[in-house]
Amino acid sequence: MKAGEPEEFIVDGRRLDGRRVDELRPLKIEAGVLKRADGSAYVEWGGNKVLAACYGPKEIHPRHEANPKRAVLRTYYSMAPFSVYERKRPGPDRRSMEISKVTRQALESVVFTHLYPMTAIDVFIEILQAQAGTRCAGITAASVALADAGIPMRDLVPACAAGKVGGHIVLDLFDIEDNYGEADLPVAIVPRTGEVCLMQMDGNLTQEEFEQAFELAIKGCMQVYEKQKEALKKVYEKRSEE
Amino acid sequence: MNQDIIADIKKDHVEKLLDAGKRVDGRGFDEYRNISVEVGINERAEGSALVTLGRTKVMVGVKLSVGMPFPDMPDSGVLTTNAELIPLASPSFERGPPDEDTVELARVVDRAIRESGCIELEKLCIEEGELVWIVFIDLHPLDYDGNLFDACTLGAIAALKNTYMPKLEDGKVDYKTRTEEKLPVRDTPVEVTYCKIGRHIVLDPCLEEEEVLDARLTVGYNEKGEIVAMQKGGSGTFTKEEIVDIVRKGREKAEFLRQHIPG
Repeated sequence: MKAGEPEEFIVDGRRLDGRRVDELRPLKIEAGVLKRADGSAYVEWGGNKVLAACYGPKEIHPRHEANPKRAVLRTYYSMAPFSVYERKRPGPDRRSMEISKVTRQALESVVFTHLYPMTAIDVFIEILQAQAGTRCAGITAASVALADAGIPMRDLVPACAAGKVGGHIVLDLFDIEDNYGEADLPVAIVPRTGEVCLMQMDGNLTQEEFEQAFELAIKGCMQVYEKQKEALKKVYEKRSEE
Repeated sequence: MNQDIIADIKKDHVEKLLDAGKRVDGRGFDEYRNISVEVGINERAEGSALVTLGRTKVMVGVKLSVGMPFPDMPDSGVLTTNAELIPLASPSFERGPPDEDTVELARVVDRAIRESGCIELEKLCIEEGELVWIVFIDLHPLDYDGNLFDACTLGAIAALKNTYMPKLEDGKVDYKTRTEEKLPVRDTPVEVTYCKIGRHIVLDPCLEEEEVLDARLTVGYNEKGEIVAMQKGGSGTFTKEEIVDIVRKGREKAEFLRQHIPG
């Protein structure tokens, strides 16, 4: 047992933060929050605070990266130095490089990049405050920012993790569960078709536990999806009034 | 521009073959290429392995040193996994700092080794809070013909299981004197990679397949067959059913891979 590990993760059907096993942390999504970006989104998800900005389609630099058949989608996941308990050294590290890559691939599955050859679409994700599950919050924010920028896409991409803590399969791990839990399974989907566009896992799960967690994560994604759509509707209502 | 058109033609070719039930190299859809694993192939490394998977060749070295433990794990050894995609191994690899593919490879291999708990890190404490063993796994592809994930994970665990502790004297490592004592390893995790091309799912993509794949799924299993690591790659998607099916059938393939580890 690691130092600081809670003895029980679930007491009387409630998790340490009061949630049930299949309950998301409070999630708030707002679109169009930044003036300079072509599209943007702000996500507050439990203790996570995440901004995403989309710039493009725009001229690509360096130009040799241009693709004559499609826009080049570039995603950058970055954590603010003050977003975690122990200050994070600024700049990209190995973890953020991997997350940037899987985020890009998840979004590439929905963006109609072929409409904008020779251009770049940049998406910047900034984690301002972290409480586990930041890659899911980042993808969720990023796809809203893309939509807010008016980039044609076949769907939004909601993301949500499920995992295992103290032998229980739970939805949307927060930091204590993530640190001391037995498994974490982040998933992102294309809701209209049910396709899975991001899938990672670390920890330990049997086949049955995996199938249960996978199912639960997809259900979580569907809840996130509703919030994403609400956020976009709201920003368009606001803009039509102005 | 030319590269792009060639890629489209290649994809078309690979996919048409698959439609006809054939793979570019004549394998079955659920078949690995020939595998060989040799261990103890490098005299300077405390542990080493050379894996060939078809024409993919990977050398893995395990080096041990001593150093400070992490503050939150004062009585535990440290594991570090690193990959280097040297330009010797492929015209597509470039010199310079590690790119995202290199980082992903190292992290995904690390995930299976770490999450399976195969190395008994708690036995690698020399002096609590002061001095512990640090295990470096260096993944070194020499000839890249696809599926580095499976080859490197196999090489890493084979090398770890054949790692001998060097002599320790007054907190210093004497690398020239090797003890009879092996690095404590209690599990044998391996990773199994399937890829999706068009509507087909195939095991162990070779380079030609990897270049045109839509999506890739790597799953790590421990000896009990439990899932310890996963990573989806590629810009395409899987259905839920495809993923569950891959995770199920990969377990058998993991056992098959494990049989190739000597000792």
